[in-house]
Amino acid sequence: MSLIEQGRLLLSISRTSDIVRRYFVVNGFDGALTMMGMIIGFMISATDDMSVIISACLGAAIALGMSGLSSAYVSEVAERKRELVKLEEAMIADLHQTAHGDAARWVPLWIALVNGASPLFISLLILLPLWLANAGLTLPLAPLYMSIIVALVLIFLLGVLLGQIAGISWLRSGIQTMLVAAITAILIYLLTGF
Amino acid sequence: MVVLKRIMLDVLKPHKPDSLEFSQAIARAGEDYRVCLTVIEMDENTETLQLEVEGSSIDFTAIESAITSMGGSLHSIDQVEVQNESDNG
Repeated sequence: MSLIEQGRLLLSISRTSDIVRRYFVVNGFDGALTMMGMIIGFMISATDDMSVIISACLGAAIALGMSGLSSAYVSEVAERKRELVKLEEAMIADLHQTAHGDAARWVPLWIALVNGASPLFISLLILLPLWLANAGLTLPLAPLYMSIIVALVLIFLLGVLLGQIAGISWLRSGIQTMLVAAITAILIYLLTGF
Repeated sequence: MVVLKRIMLDVLKPHKPDSLEFSQAIARAGEDYRVCLTVIEMDENTETLQLEVEGSSIDFTAIESAITSMGGSLHSIDQVEVQNESDNG
């Protein structure tokens, strides 16, 4: 059995494929909104030191990644162990050396990696225009605006993904998540801009 | 040499992996294995199966190991068909 087949089997046994997908979207959304909020905050405060903005955003992105990784790992280890014990009681057998034991050991790690990597990866994409501008590249718009556009595109795409999962209109779902981003931006302006 | 041609087993397994994944894993234990799986009984966490494996020379240990690795438990051997191939020349 190939490594991919083995991985698919473990996700199927532990019934966690949908959890991984949900964590990816939910935490990716967290990362995108956090970065967008921070960048809007920097725009309001009129900070023009790009290295300060990049360091602050990168710090938040790493913290989001670590938080996602550790929280998912701890909760999923507990969840998988509980499931394994329940199954062992039903089977009246030790299942540690079986595919169920493998799933209890490996699945929490995969879920944690997705949960941590999703906000980190999305945050890094949003920060890309800032890095490019800092490296001396000329962008068609101001780097902070470019980052916000990237954030909005990613938020829309996460909405599209959610729409596909739910089997509803991808456009409607994409617009819904954009609407959340718009409300967040308005709240930030209202609460910090005046 | 006496070879095992067909064996029928009574197996208890968790709901996951499902019957298709379970029988495919057993079929992978040999090159020409043909597996027929019937779900006899089902409860909240487990299901009882009747598993029939056919092949030119079945390796029982490999089948038992495939069952165990998928979280299943072999309850009994209900039927076997063996053949002494030296009789055929």
